[in-house]
Amino acid sequence: MSTDLWREILERSAEHLLLVLYAIGVAIAIGVPLGVLLTRRPAARAWALGFANIMQTVPSLALFGFLIPIPWIGGIGKRTAIVALVFYALLPILRNTFVGIVSVEPSVCDAAVAMGMTDGQLLLQVQLPLAARTIMAGIRVATVTTIGTAAIAALIGGGGLGVFIFRGVASVDTAQILAGAVPAALLALAADWGLGWVERRLAPA
Amino acid sequence: MALVEFRDVWYEIAGRTILASLNLRVEAGETVVFLGRSGSGKTTALKMINAMVFPTRGEVLVDGRRTTEWDPIRLRRRIGYVMQEVGLFPHFTVRDNVGLVPKLEGWNEPDIDQRVNLLLETIGMPPAEFRSRYPRQLSGGQRQRVGVARALAADPPVLLFDEPFGALDPVTRLELQRQFLELRRDFQKTSIFVTHDVREALLLGTRIALLAGGRLELVAAPGEFRYAPGEEARGFLACLEN
Repeated sequence: MSTDLWREILERSAEHLLLVLYAIGVAIAIGVPLGVLLTRRPAARAWALGFANIMQTVPSLALFGFLIPIPWIGGIGKRTAIVALVFYALLPILRNTFVGIVSVEPSVCDAAVAMGMTDGQLLLQVQLPLAARTIMAGIRVATVTTIGTAAIAALIGGGGLGVFIFRGVASVDTAQILAGAVPAALLALAADWGLGWVERRLAPA
Repeated sequence: MALVEFRDVWYEIAGRTILASLNLRVEAGETVVFLGRSGSGKTTALKMINAMVFPTRGEVLVDGRRTTEWDPIRLRRRIGYVMQEVGLFPHFTVRDNVGLVPKLEGWNEPDIDQRVNLLLETIGMPPAEFRSRYPRQLSGGQRQRVGVARALAADPPVLLFDEPFGALDPVTRLELQRQFLELRRDFQKTSIFVTHDVREALLLGTRIALLAGGRLELVAAPGEFRYAPGEEARGFLACLEN
């Protein structure tokens, strides 16, 4: 293989990883606070979890079709790809945040309230630390799936390792497909291992 | 002025009456035991004192103020709370569990350390050995001792006990009951104690308030309670015979 191909693999991998990092960053910024909010607003629970569930079932191609004509977030390029990836990453993070918090031992929360903790103190000192492992597991699952899903970003000019895959499919070139698929798989494995390591270091649920 | 007072307190939920016209005054230094079966309303009555539950009719006064007028956070920090499940924070050390309310109240760290050490000594758990442990590294009896120390930490005038020794083996339970009596002698606290164990009520209470089906059947000192008339009281006293 030429050094040019190696360089492109590295560049596309970095691009791919950056797409994933942006998407996961935004999904955490939305999913964790929303998950917390759902534990405080029982009425919104079914609605929000249902919405996130439905988003996950929409085929990614169709989602692009919907997003492209929307101003600000739509169009061709990285931004649209990131928005789509955020939708897919949201559910595991949202759901695990919610589940992690509601499965904290009720007696522990009762004690916290009876000791005179405010709701904010209950959340920050008790519920989030005890839910941290579950939330981290959600982030890990979201990251690993997003690394796979991010390949389709290439379809709408978002770049990443999908560029190799689509090019390889179009020109019936197995080497090109592998140049995209193998690094994507390695990234997913590395993310799973690395985030799993962090997860095990958090306080047990 | 009574430290805690129930004035014609009712609690109704989903068409069921949990408490009906409860009237009771708890004076400083007393240990009032709410004795009753499961579902008699005793825990609901207890939770009204620290504003975890509010009456649907009537009022509960603490230090002469209605619980609805208190800031619940301030009220709860003046009331120690001990419950059967203990509810220690699994991610906090013994030191941080016991020092919780002082920390919330903004004490400085050396004062918290000093207070925690004193309390651990008092409950017979040497600080050098126990302060850095986590709850999972303690026995059931030790956990409940830490629960009691946590309730005493900010020196609250009133302590609430919700069947605190119910889940312990009989030997450990007796040890903790004896310790309760020692702590009462040393700290001079006012306590309200919920139990379904008539032995525990007679041992620990200065007065026993018998609840049945949400109604206060009678209030009596342990000496009188032994000879109390009425079906519910006789039923509880029959437990002593075997």
